[in-house]
Amino acid sequence: MDPRRGPLAVPKVRRVGFFTSIEPSPETPRPNRSLSGPAEAITSSSPLSDSPSGQFISPVQIPPSRHHSDNLASRAAPVPVPGPSAFRRQLANDRTLHVGSYNPVDSLLGTSPPSSNGEVSEDSGSLFGFQRSDSAKLSASFPNGGFNMTVAVRAPRESEAKVAIASTSDGRKKNVEASGESESVATKPRKEKETKSLKEKTSKAERRAIQEAQRAAKAAAKGEGSKRAGESSRPKPSKPAKQPQPKKEAPQVTSSLSEKRAVSVEKERRMDVPQTQMQYDDKSRVDKAKRRSVVEQTESKNKVELFLHLPQYERGNQLPNLSSNIFTLDTIHHAVYKVGLQHLAGDIAGDNARCIAMLHAFQEAINDYTTPPMKDLTMDLTAKINGYVSFLIECRPLSMSMGNAIRFLKNQIRKLPVDLSEPEAKASLCSEIGRFIDEKILLADKVIVQHAVTKIRDGEVLLTYGFSCVVEMILLYAHEIGRKFRVVIVDSRPNLEGQKLLRRLVTRGLDCTYTHINAVSYIMGEVTRVFLGASSIFSNGTLYSQVGTACVAMVANAFSVPVIVCCEAYKFHERVLLDSICSNELGDPDAIANVPLRNNKKHSKTMDNNKNLQFLNLMYDSTPAEYISMIVTDYGMIPPTSIPVIVREYRREDLLL
Amino acid sequence: MPDVQSTVLEFVNKLRKRKIEGSQATARCTVELLRSVISHHRVPHHANQASALIDAVKAVGAQLVAANPVELAVGNVVRRVLHIIREEDLSLATAAVAGLDLLDASDDDDEDVNNGKGIGYPAMSAAVVAAAARSTLRPPSLQTLLEGTPESATVPYTSSSGADSESKTADKSSITRKLKHDVIEGVNQLIHEIAGCHEQIAEQAIEHIHQNEVILTLGSSRTVLEFLCAAKEKKRSFRVFVAEGAPRYQGHLLAKELVARGLQTTVITDSAVFAMISRVNMVIIGAHAVMANGGVIGPVGVNMAALAAKKHAVPFVVLAGSHKLCPLYPHNPEVLLNELRSPSELLDFGEFSDCLDFGAGSGSPLLQVVNPTFDYVPPSLGGHNPSYMYRLIADYYSADDLVM
Repeated sequence: MDPRRGPLAVPKVRRVGFFTSIEPSPETPRPNRSLSGPAEAITSSSPLSDSPSGQFISPVQIPPSRHHSDNLASRAAPVPVPGPSAFRRQLANDRTLHVGSYNPVDSLLGTSPPSSNGEVSEDSGSLFGFQRSDSAKLSASFPNGGFNMTVAVRAPRESEAKVAIASTSDGRKKNVEASGESESVATKPRKEKETKSLKEKTSKAERRAIQEAQRAAKAAAKGEGSKRAGESSRPKPSKPAKQPQPKKEAPQVTSSLSEKRAVSVEKERRMDVPQTQMQYDDKSRVDKAKRRSVVEQTESKNKVELFLHLPQYERGNQLPNLSSNIFTLDTIHHAVYKVGLQHLAGDIAGDNARCIAMLHAFQEAINDYTTPPMKDLTMDLTAKINGYVSFLIECRPLSMSMGNAIRFLKNQIRKLPVDLSEPEAKASLCSEIGRFIDEKILLADKVIVQHAVTKIRDGEVLLTYGFSCVVEMILLYAHEIGRKFRVVIVDSRPNLEGQKLLRRLVTRGLDCTYTHINAVSYIMGEVTRVFLGASSIFSNGTLYSQVGTACVAMVANAFSVPVIVCCEAYKFHERVLLDSICSNELGDPDAIANVPLRNNKKHSKTMDNNKNLQFLNLMYDSTPAEYISMIVTDYGMIPPTSIPVIVREYRREDLLL
Repeated sequence: MPDVQSTVLEFVNKLRKRKIEGSQATARCTVELLRSVISHHRVPHHANQASALIDAVKAVGAQLVAANPVELAVGNVVRRVLHIIREEDLSLATAAVAGLDLLDASDDDDEDVNNGKGIGYPAMSAAVVAAAARSTLRPPSLQTLLEGTPESATVPYTSSSGADSESKTADKSSITRKLKHDVIEGVNQLIHEIAGCHEQIAEQAIEHIHQNEVILTLGSSRTVLEFLCAAKEKKRSFRVFVAEGAPRYQGHLLAKELVARGLQTTVITDSAVFAMISRVNMVIIGAHAVMANGGVIGPVGVNMAALAAKKHAVPFVVLAGSHKLCPLYPHNPEVLLNELRSPSELLDFGEFSDCLDFGAGSGSPLLQVVNPTFDYVPPSLGGHNPSYMYRLIADYYSADDLVM
């Protein structure tokens, strides 16, 4: 939409190294901003390179001259009024048009000078309660994180950037007009109710954009403020800024301009750069994420200090509230909502099952989707999917495989031919999703079973841990084709998923031995092979799987028993995982506290409130590659060292996703 | 005598039914029982006092060990008591010989030699006397060095018995009483030692736990509890991760105790041991028994923790009282020195009854549930140096008693 966008964005450097370049400013409001923050801060604050704060910014990223001129232009003319902005403004004034629904926020921004610094849009967001689920929340609440976040964050931002320029200038204009629109905070909720959900998407994106821009500007101004200490009257970064309005406006507009321009090429690049995860010990970001969340989460009282970077919330208290909302919601498609609730309640377990459920829900949502007028299907649908994804994350952190699937879907949306009509596009997307499910999950499982069954010979004793649907299929198939073998099922509290597998295998007539994980070194002596499922496998060959898998693999390794991991290729991940601490998911601590045995029941109850006692329910652990003998995947049987090859080569050829 | 027999039987029954839990309790009960056996034992006047006592203790000990062969503490304590008897016996003999030498030097009387023989060591040869003299005069052993408990069983009696024999009024009955009395003294000291093993171990806690340490432990052990609390009382602040210890989940009990004493405690599942061990400075567990080769038998799951600790180069500390030192060399200890507990701890009876019918026709049950109690950590993974163990064991047990 802006012709200058292309050439400008070319010198934009990959943003990997930018964390440090922006961080040195000691007053940076979010000291540990993980995800989208730094990038925005950079893109938006770079125009300030002529200001004192410019020295904090890496000089390589954007040619200063252009920004200089931008900056000058924006300062010279208080209202640059680019084409789209004028258009929007026109629309905004025209109340009969739906698109105008974003006005309340803009006007709010315009008419409330004291809190001009990005807090406004957030406050308004919290007023909307659960309806507000824009994409940025995704970035904030993505604990499992991964490459998928690249898409998750990037895509919304491009749509934001598109509207950011309009909204900011719009808001400022209103401010100049001295709240001539006579929109006030009081009228806002009413207005909000009138808005249809689709339009709200627009306004949300805009609000988000404003917020981002302002935040960036705040960061920049902070640096500025540190130079001119006398002027700045802000005591704390997290508090609403009291800076005079005009000072903020200039960087704001320019930043959104540059951001917009940079986005399109940058998005291609950022595609390749794995995003860092949301760190939950970062107070300010968590607070922001919380204000946008649909699911009300109360933080658990007894947090484990080592895992403050992971979300630790109370479980089970949101469900009734959410289920009652199912008929009133309008931002989240009901199919997605249902899947989210199922995740929350733990009705769907297993990575494949969760992923398939999510994809089906997306299929349904896409089917029901209509592009709002004046919107681009690609942009809007991506934003919408982002909203869904962030809702799902609130329900339960996504697994790596789900992240990969979401990335696939976003890729498909992005690659839609422009000349495709809406029904065609939807149909193509749905069929692509269906193809993904069939090919990457279901068919892959069949291939894995075929491969793995060649490794089972008569008279073997196979050990498996917990429940993995692929391993179950392998065992059942091997039994079907007449192999004679025995299965040892190792299980662990609190989920005791092994009992599910045990029940299924015993009903089919397999010879089973059941034991708990502590006894694994007792039983390992008689085992000839270990079959394990996987949640994800990382580039360094680290297996990320249900907690306890590492113990089993380690003991098997000590007993020289081969460990065979069965994993579909779509679960591979190009990040590197070193330990089980940095990236993990925490389950319900109460599940640990409640010991099933009768004689122990009385103990745990009384201790609940003690500060010193914590219960840690890790969901995953990482198994070093050296414990893994072989990985059975849909591309064949490979050693763990070959994971990066598959990830890189097949992804490059677009075969993997 | 009959009342002793009945208490022995009662104790055997308890052992058989696994009513007594924990090797410390078992050891204490055993040694108290043996004490009563010894004190009630009436030896015929003409016979060899010591060997009669040894036979009696051995007979009872064999019953006890057979009742619960897995509880190695019983055998250990019986061996310790036998060792005490032998030591007392030898020390008396040495004293007698010393008295003889003294008398020989003074007045060269043949009668004294006869008297010495008449005391009750008719079969005593010069070699035995020499050995006895060596044993009394031997340098402070590792045990004395390590635990600071002097081998008082031997030292005081040399002087007293020497004085005794010097008075030359020793007749058979007094010698019998003397031996018995000395043995019971020794056994009392053993009881004292077993009862105080927690305190002795806990005393060392402060030397091993530093500020801000992160400690992992597994299941519940009183020794570990005392150890950690001792460090806590010395104002060290540290964090404890407690693996709950399937299938009995006694880690919850331990955690509760630790929290009650103000320690920062986190309960984790057993499966998370590997995940957490990279952030742990030290693994501390209580052992069930320490074998002569340096291998450790501990609660189930210990081997897993030891492997993980080795992988991450985390110190693996085993706390064991001296009654847990077992002079046996284990063969296939995972199986032979283990016992399987009830499957109901893992699966509820009847939960799987619906699908078990399927395999009924084939004759063999389709479903087995394995629930072992103990775990064996091979010496390569930690514990003491095997050669060191063997030296330590030589201090506690006499070689004659190893095979019971």
